[in-house]
Parts: sequence; structure tokens; C-alpha cells
Amino acid sequence: MTQSFPEEVLEHVFSFLTSHTDRNAVSLVSKSWYDTERWCRDHVFIGNCYAVNPRVLTRRFKEVKAVELKGKPHFADFNLVPEGWGGCVDPWIVEMGRVYSGLEEIRLKRMEVTDEGLEMVAKGFGKLKVLVLASCDGFSTDGLAAVAANCRNLRVLDLRECEVEELSCHWLSHFPDSFTLLESLNIACLSSEVSFSALERLVSRSPNLKTLKLNRTVPLEKLSTLLQRAPQLVEFGTGAYSAEGLDAYSSLAEAFSGCKKLKSLSGFWDVIPAYLPAVYSVCSQLTSLNLSYATTQSPDLSKIISHCHNLQRLVVLDYIEDTGLETVATSCKDLKELVVFPSDPYVADANVPLTEQGLVSVSQGCTKLHSVLYFCRQMSNSALVSISKNRPNITCFRLCILEPRSPDYLTLEPLDTGFGSIVENCKQLTRLSMSGLLTDRVFEYIGKHAKKLDMLSIAFAGDTDLGLHYILSGCDSLRKLEIRDCPFGDKALLANASKLETMRSLWMSSCFVSFGACKLLGQKMPRLNVEVIDERENLNSIPENVPVEKVYIYRTVCGQRFDMPDFVRIMGKDKADVYNLS
Amino acid sequence: MDLNFKATELSLALPGTEDLPDNNTTTTSPNPIIKTTNKRPSPDMTPTETDESRAAPQPKAQVVGWPPVRSYRKNVLHGKKAEAETGSGMFVKVSMDGAPYLRKIDLKVYKSYGELMKSLEGMFACIIGLYSENEGYNGSKHAATYEDKDGDWMLVGDVPWDMFVTSCKRLRIMKGCEARGLNL
Repeated sequence: MTQSFPEEVLEHVFSFLTSHTDRNAVSLVSKSWYDTERWCRDHVFIGNCYAVNPRVLTRRFKEVKAVELKGKPHFADFNLVPEGWGGCVDPWIVEMGRVYSGLEEIRLKRMEVTDEGLEMVAKGFGKLKVLVLASCDGFSTDGLAAVAANCRNLRVLDLRECEVEELSCHWLSHFPDSFTLLESLNIACLSSEVSFSALERLVSRSPNLKTLKLNRTVPLEKLSTLLQRAPQLVEFGTGAYSAEGLDAYSSLAEAFSGCKKLKSLSGFWDVIPAYLPAVYSVCSQLTSLNLSYATTQSPDLSKIISHCHNLQRLVVLDYIEDTGLETVATSCKDLKELVVFPSDPYVADANVPLTEQGLVSVSQGCTKLHSVLYFCRQMSNSALVSISKNRPNITCFRLCILEPRSPDYLTLEPLDTGFGSIVENCKQLTRLSMSGLLTDRVFEYIGKHAKKLDMLSIAFAGDTDLGLHYILSGCDSLRKLEIRDCPFGDKALLANASKLETMRSLWMSSCFVSFGACKLLGQKMPRLNVEVIDERENLNSIPENVPVEKVYIYRTVCGQRFDMPDFVRIMGKDKADVYNLS
Repeated sequence: MDLNFKATELSLALPGTEDLPDNNTTTTSPNPIIKTTNKRPSPDMTPTETDESRAAPQPKAQVVGWPPVRSYRKNVLHGKKAEAETGSGMFVKVSMDGAPYLRKIDLKVYKSYGELMKSLEGMFACIIGLYSENEGYNGSKHAATYEDKDGDWMLVGDVPWDMFVTSCKRLRIMKGCEARGLNL
């Protein structure tokens, strides 16, 4: 059959497809659509850097303007992935530097980035406009200096939640005086001082600056200076929000009132309540407010929140208490996303008056609420049922009850029915994290109802392999599954081997998956990498029926990876196991 | 519920042998050998819990990575610049020429150069001698160097231990032949 549309027409049609899922679907229609699509895709998203390799990328797509890469598994955020595991971006930069001279945007998440890598970026991509490093590490302020000095077209430098080796405070000075294009700067993750004069000069010569997120060391007294230089800001993150005395108050309040476009506020480390009212003039404009570093009591938090009638996103500590969340429920009718972090995560019986009731209140009052991340110390099935009935529009529900295996505190039963109610009523649920006492039954509910579930996180839950089997056989849309400390083992894993190829990845740590099963799985499934991550000595002498410490299974078109440290083995490739040859 | 495991099962056993234990127990050997190391506390892995058994909360040992809160959030209450992951530890990176990855060690854990060197040897499976005035690095293939607060690279062992701990920012194990070029 000859092609009915000329290529140019197809390309034009494809140009309206921006989502990479749609682009991927289109490329599967036919060989000619695949070819047309690959010539005109300029934004590439790679959710697992080891699912492909740099050459596969550059062979397929020829003129890429924007690339997004993700490295380590999500549980790396909680120190479950040993250092040196992998996810280094340098080989990607080398290969992309060779082919994509017009690259404009680089977004990396949980990757290891080196100073050499940043230098290659700085010198290899003259058109670079956007550099976003999320939860990355491995680089220092020297690398940032190279970026500042060389990226003449940079608009966005966003270092969200990175770990940076801070060798010098002067890297900001490396932006040339002639550089005026900056639109977004996020340095909130830096713990050392940056040169304030360099920062001030940079802000002053950046008329397009819309996002500025400072780090903790920028003193409150200097904020009004910066805000006066940049009244056009849309997103602003303060530094430490405290000062001796109240002298700085009126100029700060005045500076904030000049920011007519401000929509997002964050920062607020070491907050002094007396200074909070300085932001009241902008509260009604705010759609996003992050007070998760504000260690101040509920009344102060409630006051500021009560002014934020247009708030859509709120991040706060459990200092807000149930009463504060009631204020949220009555004042923030547009709220879509709520995040409540624990102030003292390691103290068991901290007398924090934040309970399940706070979340219930918000679920009642905020009809647009669809995303929840909530840390608390007690939960009940009845509360979960209420929440699910109040808010069937929830798409992301992450609940962390601090004590593992906590039962319903009213009935001492497992929380199976509560979470079951969540998956049954919230039919659009795409992300779920569970905690508390949970038996295999909750997984039966999830497998039965959670048909749109894309990502599931499980910890200290379940009784037998049936639990894992329900998930893998029932959740049709599941792509990311991460499990820790659950009694799931070989049987369910092997019985659902083919399911694993439909997923991006599966993480299991401190479970009952044996070396032998990993090897078998790796042998049977050539398009899966079954990575055993195990730091014990003498691995060769451990019997095959012994559980591994951690296993990370992901689909890949590349098979072997060549950058594994000694504690990582890809199982079952070749006749025997393939060990790292170093 | 009959899940028809057998039909889909990739069995570890030879074909024709009896099925594995039933659904109420785990699928691996009844006493998995978990070698305890000092890397993390052993999580409670007993597979025999049922619905009714759990009334009392877990013991208070801190479990790695729980609750799932990022490291930098843990220091919100406790003052400004803290080594994010470690509280009061003094972690420095250790690189070795030729090794594909770095390690990190907590200097506070050691009391002397001897202890440090032994640990480094174990980590990188090499023999690093302690430098001494008379014998140099004693015929060893590697030499341990460190970067101090001023950014200079120094030979490990010259200054008193306490001074070293406070001034050391990172360690590098050099090949002995390069170290000899330092005019030892």
C-alpha cells in the first residue's frame, strides 16, 4: 500500500502531537509513519536511561532540541540505592554533543552529573536555553561556573533538590556582564553562601527574570533589594526568613506589594512569625505556597493561608495541625494539591495535633483536590473511606503513616478496606503510595479496581506472594512498581514475568526474591535487565535460594550495561551470570 | 481463589517434580540467610504475620530510608549547614586512580591513620602503606593523598590525626609511581 499522505503533510499533523506517549503511539502505526515521526521529533523523553543508550537515541532521532533523562530509581531519594550505582550522564553528553549541535533544553532527574560533564555541556551546546537538574549529584560549583561562563543563551538554570559540592561562592560571577537573558534561577538547594553582590547584579540585569529561588543563606534584610530589582517575578523563594528586630519589615512589605505578578512563594527557613504579614499583600494572588521549612505554629500558618483564596498548591509541615487544615478547607476552595511533611519524623509519639482528621477536612472542603502527599501518625479505615467518597477525583494519593504496619487506630484492624475504598472510588487514580498494616486483601482490591494505576509504592505490607500476584496480574496500566520490606518472593515474580516487560521498572528491596529466581528471570526474559544490588561480601558463595538485598528490574533494548560497580550484577545474561569484569 | 499458578509458573524445580510449598508460606527457604553487616539494621522479615497478630508497634530501631523523607528535609529543625545525609558525620569522597567509581567514608569513625588505611585497603582491595619518614611508602603500589581546606593535595600521614580529620576534604589513592614523583 502506498502512502496516502505526503510526508510533509504527515509531519505537519504530527507537529500537533506534543505528548511523547502520543508520539510513541504514532511511531508504531507503520514503518513509514515511524520514519516520518523520527525525523521530526525534537523533544525526546527517556524515563530510564538504561532502557536505551546514547547511540540508540542519536541513531533514531536526528534533530533533537530538548531531551529529558531520568537515572536512578525513585527509592534513591531515600538512600536505598548505594552510591556509585550508576546513572551518569556523561556518555550521553558526549554522544549528544557529537550529533545535536542545536540542543536547547536538557532536563535530568536523579542522574550523576560531573563537572566535566557540565563543562562539555557548556562548551558543546551553544544554543542551550534550559538546564534543569533535579535531584542530581556529583558536580560542584566549578561545573556551574563553566555553565555560567559559556552558556550565552541560557534562560533557565534550575538546580532543584541537587547535592552540590560547594567549593566557591563566586560561580555566579561567571555570568558575563553582557548576559541579560536569564528567566529562571533556582539555587535553593545550596547550603553555602553565594556572593550576594554577584546575585544582585545578575538580577538587576535580567529584565525577563520570572523565577528566583534563593537559598537559606540569603538574609531577609537583602530581600527587599532583590524584589525591587525584580518586581516582575512570578515565582519567588526567600532565604532564611528571620532577622534581628523588625527594622527590615516595612521595606520588605513594600517590596512584596510591588510584585503584582507574583504567584508562587517558597523558602521561609527559620521563620520569625512577626515577618510573615509582610507577604499578605500578595497572598490573594498566590496559586502556590511552600511553607515546608516554616517551623512556626499553626495559628501563624493559618493566618497567612487564610489570605490565600486562590491557592492551588500548598506544601506545609505538620505544624499546621488539624485546625490549620480546617482553615485550608474553608479558605482555599481552588486547592488541587496538598503536601504535609512531618516535622519530626523519627520521634514516635511526638505530640503533634495533626491526625487523619485534617486530611478528611480538606477532602470535604476542597472539591478540586486531586493530589495528596500526607505524613501522619494515625489513620482509620473510616477516614479513608470518607476521603475516597468526598474526593473521587483524586489522581495521586500518597499516605505515609510514620510507624510501619500501623493498624486502624480505632479498630486495630488492617487498613485494607480503607485503601480498597480509595482505589474503588477514585477511578482516575494514577499514583498510590500506601502504608500502615496491610494484608494481601488490599492488593486484591488494587488489582481488581486500580485499572488506571501507573505508579505504586508499597512498604512493610502484605502476607504472601499472592499480594504481588494480584498487583502484577490486575493493574493493567502499571508502569512503575516499588516495593520494600514485603514478604513477596519468587513465585509471583516468575509467574508474571511477561508483565514486567510492559512496565518501565520494578524495584524490590528487603523482600524474598532469591538469587536463583533473578537468574532464571534474566535468562527467560532477554529484554529485561534483572539487576541484583547487593553489598554483601562473598556473593559467589551465597546459595541460590537466599534472598537478594535489592533487585531492580527494567525493560531495555540494550541488554548489558558497562558501568556497573561491584555490588551490581545483571543476572541471567549468557549461560552463567555476568559479573562485572573490573 | 484458584490462580492457576502452575500453568504460568516458571519453576525453579525440574519439570515433573512436586509443587512448591502452599500459598501461606514464603517461596524461599524457610530460614533465609541474611548476613548481618553494619551497613543497616536488619528489617523485620518474619513471614508469619497474619491479620490479627499486629497490635504492638515495631521496635524503635531506625530503618534505612524510612520514613520516605528526603535527606535535606531532615535538617529543617536542626540548624543551618549540616552534612545532609549524615547529621554529625564527616563524610569525604575517596577516589582511586583506575577505579570506575568513588566511595564515601566517615572520617569520624576512625581514631588513627592505621584504622583509616586498613579500611581504605579493604574498600579498594589494594595495599597502601603508611608513609614513614625512613621508608617512604615502603614499596607499596599506591599512595594515599588528600585535598585540604586550601585546595592543596597533601600526602596522608604528615600531620597529626586530629588536624588531618578537620582539614581533609577528599581523598585520592594515587598510583605509587605518580606519588614517587612528589619527591618523597
